[in-house]
Amino acid sequence: MGNVGAKEVPVLLSPEGLRIDGRKLNELRPIRIQVGALHNADGSAFVEWGANKVMAAVYGPREVHPRHLQQSNKAVIQCKYNMAAFAVDERKRPGLDRRSQEISKVIGEAFESVVFAEEYPRTSIDIYIEVLQANAGTRCAGIVAASMALADAGIPMVDLLPAVAVGKVAGKIVLDLKKEEDNFGEADLPMALVPQSGRLVLLQMEGHMTEDELAQALDLGVQGCRDIYEKMKQALRERYATGPIGGSA
Amino acid sequence: MSRGHRPGHRGRGREGSSSSPSGDRTLVLPGEEIRAHGLKPGPGTYRTGGKVYASVLGLLAERPPLVHVIPLSGRYIPKASDTVIGTVTDVQGTFWLLDIGAPRWAPLHMTGTPWQVDVGETERFLRVGDAVVVQVESLDPTGRIGVTMNGEGLGKLEGGTIVTITPARVPRVVGRNGSMIDTIRQYTGAEVAVGQNGRVWINGTPEAIHRVSEVLRIIEENAQHSGLTERVESYLRSTESTDVQGPEEPPREHAHRDAPPRPAGPVEPDEESEDVEDEPTEPEAPGEP
Repeated sequence: MGNVGAKEVPVLLSPEGLRIDGRKLNELRPIRIQVGALHNADGSAFVEWGANKVMAAVYGPREVHPRHLQQSNKAVIQCKYNMAAFAVDERKRPGLDRRSQEISKVIGEAFESVVFAEEYPRTSIDIYIEVLQANAGTRCAGIVAASMALADAGIPMVDLLPAVAVGKVAGKIVLDLKKEEDNFGEADLPMALVPQSGRLVLLQMEGHMTEDELAQALDLGVQGCRDIYEKMKQALRERYATGPIGGSA
Repeated sequence: MSRGHRPGHRGRGREGSSSSPSGDRTLVLPGEEIRAHGLKPGPGTYRTGGKVYASVLGLLAERPPLVHVIPLSGRYIPKASDTVIGTVTDVQGTFWLLDIGAPRWAPLHMTGTPWQVDVGETERFLRVGDAVVVQVESLDPTGRIGVTMNGEGLGKLEGGTIVTITPARVPRVVGRNGSMIDTIRQYTGAEVAVGQNGRVWINGTPEAIHRVSEVLRIIEENAQHSGLTERVESYLRSTESTDVQGPEEPPREHAHRDAPPRPAGPVEPDEESEDVEDEPTEPEAPGEP
């Protein structure tokens, strides 16, 4: 088991109601967030979420290249999501593909609705998300990382943007799918929440759910986002804490 | 583990001058609700549904009638009359474009220089990559930045190297009344100029440039800790013997004499952002009578 290439469907839910990695239905994978991981970017963050490893870098606001993209009333937000060739078991063909273009677009649009772009007309805010290791939920991990990088870059925004996927696995609605659950489950529903307003700025779905299940999934996802939000705030606090952190010699 | 709290050490009578607006210096994050105490939302905040929230990561400050957030990170946001260090990124017929670390490039018009420049002759004076010290003259709401090179301490920088630090850390590098920057100059013998935009120009022997860069790194990493001056001095002292075959006596006096003339001036610490940092532990000012 654990071999994802396998044709046979693994047991996704044990008789005791535990998931393939022993989690409960509403339990997140462990998350570790490191703010300011890169030196050359204006802001950056590295997120390890379960077996996902995602780096985000933010540059800007800065001059727009190419020039014709610039907008006279606000900053343009350019987002590039990329997955490394070595991020998955089978080598991924490197470079732009339909999947990464779609994800870049939806993440960029999600951030457009939280960033105060009007404050920096004729500039560009560039978000780069690099997936170094993938295990389902990389777009959510990317949003979390990018949102920390934006805060680290001092970019004004409505709120941080926690994100998580909910899915349907073995007939149950579960939080934060891992790879086997994503591959062999019945549905996958990634979402990104603005905690301040309670709005969802990203919501996609693959697979099937009943209306009741969808409502249940949304509730579970929003709660998951709020839990992640706390971890995000804690990571920023640790990075920017003022008091002495205990000096070294 | 030096927490370096030294009671009774401050008292040169200048502390009161940095009009610190009252209010706590709490760290706030984007989206966090701020208790505005009836004040209006200022920079770094926004209001919605009758509540005020922070929009940037920074320190909360009250300056009636506004509450605002002093950013702790991010690009340099220009202020009028700031002295900054920039590099030329483009040359046009009548002006140069400068990268000063701000969101946008700043045009330096040929009339804003001490030189007699003819149209089309701009490239004879400054080329792409040249470093200059300029002053921010004008700002408009669309983010356009006007700079000038006419003024004391402004001009082209010859030689040396430029190191970039977070603009929020500039007051710590300069120190109170320039105390930190003087210490650095005296120990290393390097010429150092600090722009409010976080660009630091260093000129001197490779050894001196390395030591100054190292000091800047120490300051950036420990800016919020007390005892910063001690840390910097102990670094400078421990690296002393490697390049200066000086006597054992404190290097201060002779360094004073040998110090090269000051280059385009260190920019005085900007009052507001200085308030951001907790009070720097007052250094034993070198050469204080």
